[in-house]
Amino acid sequence: MGPFLPRDTVTGRALIMVVAIMTFLAALTVGAIDLVHEAASHWRSDMVREVTIQVRPVEGRDLEAEIGKAVEAAKRTRGIADVRALTRAETGRLLEPWLGAGLDLDTLPLPRLVVVRLAEGAESDLPGLRRALAESVAGASLDDHRGWAARLAAISDAIVFAGTAVLALVLAATVLSVSFATRGAVATNRAIVEVLHFVGARNSFIAGAFQRHFLAVGLKGGAIGGAAAALLFALTSIVSGFLALVPGGGEAQFLFGQFVLDRQGYAGIAGTVVLVAVVTTLTSRLTVRWTLRAID
Amino acid sequence: MVRFENVGLRYGMGPEVLRDITFGIEPNSFQFLTGPSGAGKTSLLRLLFLSLRPTRGLITLFDRDLSSLDADEVAVLRRRIGIVFQDFRLLDHLTTYENVALPLRVHGRDEVDYRAEVVELLHWVGLGERLHVLPPVLSGGEKQRTAIARALIGRPELLLADEPTGNVDPALARRLLRLFVELHKSGTSVMIATHDIALMDQYDARRLVLSDGRLHAED
Repeated sequence: MGPFLPRDTVTGRALIMVVAIMTFLAALTVGAIDLVHEAASHWRSDMVREVTIQVRPVEGRDLEAEIGKAVEAAKRTRGIADVRALTRAETGRLLEPWLGAGLDLDTLPLPRLVVVRLAEGAESDLPGLRRALAESVAGASLDDHRGWAARLAAISDAIVFAGTAVLALVLAATVLSVSFATRGAVATNRAIVEVLHFVGARNSFIAGAFQRHFLAVGLKGGAIGGAAAALLFALTSIVSGFLALVPGGGEAQFLFGQFVLDRQGYAGIAGTVVLVAVVTTLTSRLTVRWTLRAID
Repeated sequence: MVRFENVGLRYGMGPEVLRDITFGIEPNSFQFLTGPSGAGKTSLLRLLFLSLRPTRGLITLFDRDLSSLDADEVAVLRRRIGIVFQDFRLLDHLTTYENVALPLRVHGRDEVDYRAEVVELLHWVGLGERLHVLPPVLSGGEKQRTAIARALIGRPELLLADEPTGNVDPALARRLLRLFVELHKSGTSVMIATHDIALMDQYDARRLVLSDGRLHAED
């Protein structure tokens, strides 16, 4: 049995392409949000796994002794996995990019760093360490990178928020396009709608006929757009793998992570396809019902 | 079965095209609706098959007051009425068989249930060899018979036909009239809107004459 509505007047290829483009943009946004979110949480977890004690030279105190005290204080603290003071030579290497090689560091009052690695899974008593340092080590301060982490969190939250707004706009544009297309389809098929009415079809039955067509449009367009976005991400991850081998690629990888969309990201793209199909279907159903009510 | 009481109809702010129409259609009755072109025959038929609402007066159909019906109730009521349009209104993308089966599909019946019924009816109207042909390929008379078969397939209690012989030669017109008479004899009320006096002369039935928007019955 043929469908109630002739396929070529309802599901124009143009509409499938519009839905495909909308889905592609929405899926790119979802993927980008996922990448930023992943990269940000990667940075954050790296940062909070390590804290640094900075010991500045103080008049009349032996810097090495103060460093020793700081190391002891850190070792006594709960939840610390490893404590290591950077040697004078290592401090010099850290400063080499700015000060150049061959400088006699002994003549400069340089602060020294103690790297403290926190134990995974255990809660570290950083406030206790901070107190202990203030009480017993002259010129020591604890940097737990919280300021950086907070700023990164703010940036990644802002990007996620902007992405969600873009997603909402894309969905709104999809709703409007489908709504116009549905109204056009009902107008084109007005004679058929009237015949269906005269043979006793309820409005819900007629809306169902249109809805089936638009579900097919939504699924087709969504699948094309979603597949294109997934393919783009897959290609980008391959290209970024090659880029890591060229000069400058390492920095980009540090900033953006591996640029590889994880399973959650691909699930997000699949979810976007389903969402677009559902939005397309519901929009067409509501539009048809409104239009039919106007005809009645 | 159908009762019109002081029914008036106007389109928008225009003059009344139907005025003080009062008449009834009894069960198992046969009537012609006639009158000059533009007298309001099609408007009256549209009131009867619920595609228009009167601007005044009361219409009762199958003991239901039309003004109190919602869209779903109208849909259910329409299933008891068969309609043959002057311009056929066949769906060009469906075959003859599919066009005739349309009401049954809409009513939610399975094709397995109704297939034999549809094929038998199409044979009865002489379209047994044209089951899988699309309407654009059919002749005027074949389209007309397809439209009539579509109106009959749901076994309506009331059949309304708008100029059903307007597009066919006199011989086919006589055959179609015989078809309506047979239907009437099997218990369906029939109303045929026509201005073809020769057709009306072939069968003795009540004539409802519309002129200047008013209706007179000639029994």
